[in-house]
Amino acid sequence: MIQLHNIDKHFGSQHVLKDVSLQVAPGQVTALIGPSGSGKSTLLRCINLLETPSAGQITLGDASLQFGHDHAQPGRQDIHRLRLQTGMVFQNFQLFPHRTALENVMEGLLVVKKWPRAQAEARARELLQQVGMAHKADAWPGTLSGGQQQRVAIARALAQSPGLLLCDEPTSALDPELASEVVAVLRDLAANKMTMLIATHDLRLAATLADTVVFLEDGRIVEQGSSRQLFLQPQNPRTASYVSTLKEGLPEDW
Amino acid sequence: MPEWLKLMVESLPPLLYAGLVFTVPLTLLSFACGLSLGFVTALVRLYGPKPLADGFRFYVWLIRGTPLLVQLFLIFYGLPKAGIVFDPLPAAVIGFSLNVGAYTSEVIRAALLAVPRGQWEAAYSIGLTWAQAMRRTILPQASRVAVPPLANTFISLIKDTSLAAVLTVPEIFQAAQRIASVTYEPLILYTETALIYLAFSSVLSAGQQKLEARFGQHLHQAQETK
Repeated sequence: MIQLHNIDKHFGSQHVLKDVSLQVAPGQVTALIGPSGSGKSTLLRCINLLETPSAGQITLGDASLQFGHDHAQPGRQDIHRLRLQTGMVFQNFQLFPHRTALENVMEGLLVVKKWPRAQAEARARELLQQVGMAHKADAWPGTLSGGQQQRVAIARALAQSPGLLLCDEPTSALDPELASEVVAVLRDLAANKMTMLIATHDLRLAATLADTVVFLEDGRIVEQGSSRQLFLQPQNPRTASYVSTLKEGLPEDW
Repeated sequence: MPEWLKLMVESLPPLLYAGLVFTVPLTLLSFACGLSLGFVTALVRLYGPKPLADGFRFYVWLIRGTPLLVQLFLIFYGLPKAGIVFDPLPAAVIGFSLNVGAYTSEVIRAALLAVPRGQWEAAYSIGLTWAQAMRRTILPQASRVAVPPLANTFISLIKDTSLAAVLTVPEIFQAAQRIASVTYEPLILYTETALIYLAFSSVLSAGQQKLEARFGQHLHQAQETK
C-alpha cells in the first residue's frame, strides 16, 4: 500500500504542494495530470525523496516516514530504505552515458544490492528482453533513439524490483511514434500488475493506461476518480475544462 | 661533426640526468599533490560548510593572485626568518603543489558542475549513496571534461619547474646554466634545453590523448555510428 498523508512542500516562499493526500492501490496505475507547475513532478519527487516534503507522511509498504517541524529530519538509512521501494523514470531518461545499456541496468544490482556480476548481468538481460532492448545491450546510450533510451531507463528502474514505479513525464520528450513504443512497455507492465504512478500532461496516455486519474492544480488535488469517470463526467468545472482538450481532437471543420 | 653539435651531444647526458632525476620526479610529485589538493578544494568549495569553503576560496585567491616565483622565494628564503626551514627540493614541491592545487581546483569544480543534475538524481533514484554516485556516476563524466585543461596545467608545470633552479634545485635548467657558464655557449645550451622541455611535454600530450580516449569511449562510439 502506498499512502501519502497531508504532504506539504515549500520552495522558499513558494507553496508548491498543499496538503496532498493520496492512496495508490497495489497493482493499479494512477496518473497525475495537471498543467505545468501544478506540482505533479514535485509530488513524484517527494515520494522517492529527491525532494524532502516540508510536512506530511509517506508510507510505502512497511516503510513509513514523517516530515515537518515536530519530526526529526529522516536519516540516510530511512531515505535509502524508502528509495529502494521505488523506481524512477525521468522525462529525459538520464541514462549514465559512460555505461552501456546493460551496465546501466546492472548498476544498482552491483553497487546497492551487491549481487555477483554474473547474476546481475543475467537479471539485466532479462529486463532488457522485457522492454524489447536485448539486441542493444552493449550499445552506448548516446547511440540509441529517445524511445530506446527510455525503455532502457525503465529496465534500470525495475532492476531492484521496486514495489512502485514512478514515471515523471515518461513520454514528453519523445515524438508520437517513439512515445508509443514506451507506452507499449508501460502497458505491458500494467498488465503484469506493476503499481505505477505516472505524472503526465499527455491525456491520451493517462486515459489509456491509468485505472485512477488525479487532477492536480496549483499544488492541490482538485479531483480524482476512475479514468473513465474523470474524463467523461468530471465533477469540477476546472477539471472539465482541462480534460476537454482531449476530446476536442481534430479541427471542427474537417 | 661541427663544434656546436659536439657540444650538444656532450652536454646531453648531464641535462637528461638532471631532467630524469630532478625535473620529472619534481613534476610528477608536485602534480600528484597539487591535484589531490585541487580535488579536495573543489569538493569543499562545492559541497562543504560555508566557513571552510570560504577558507579554500581565500587560498585560491591568494595563490592565483601572486607570482609563482615570489611564492617560491617566500617559502625557501622568506620562511626561514620565521623559523620554518625547508630543503630546496621540499620547498619546490610545496610551492608547486600549492600552485597546481589552486588552478586545478577551478578546473575540477567546473567539470563537476558540468555534469547535469539529473545524473545525480538518477544515481540516487537507484539507491546509490552520495559517495557512490560521485565515484561511479559523476567523476567519470567530469573526468572527460577535465582532462584537456588539466593537461594544460600539467604541461605548464613541467616548464615552471625550471623556476626551481633559483631554489638551488639541480634540475635541467640549472644544469644548463652551469654548463653554459663554463662553455660560454648560451645559445647552444639554452636551445638544447628548450628542445628537451619540448620533448617532455610532447610525450605528455600523447598521454593526454590516451586519457581522453579512455574517458570518452562512449562519445567516440556515438560519433562513429552517426
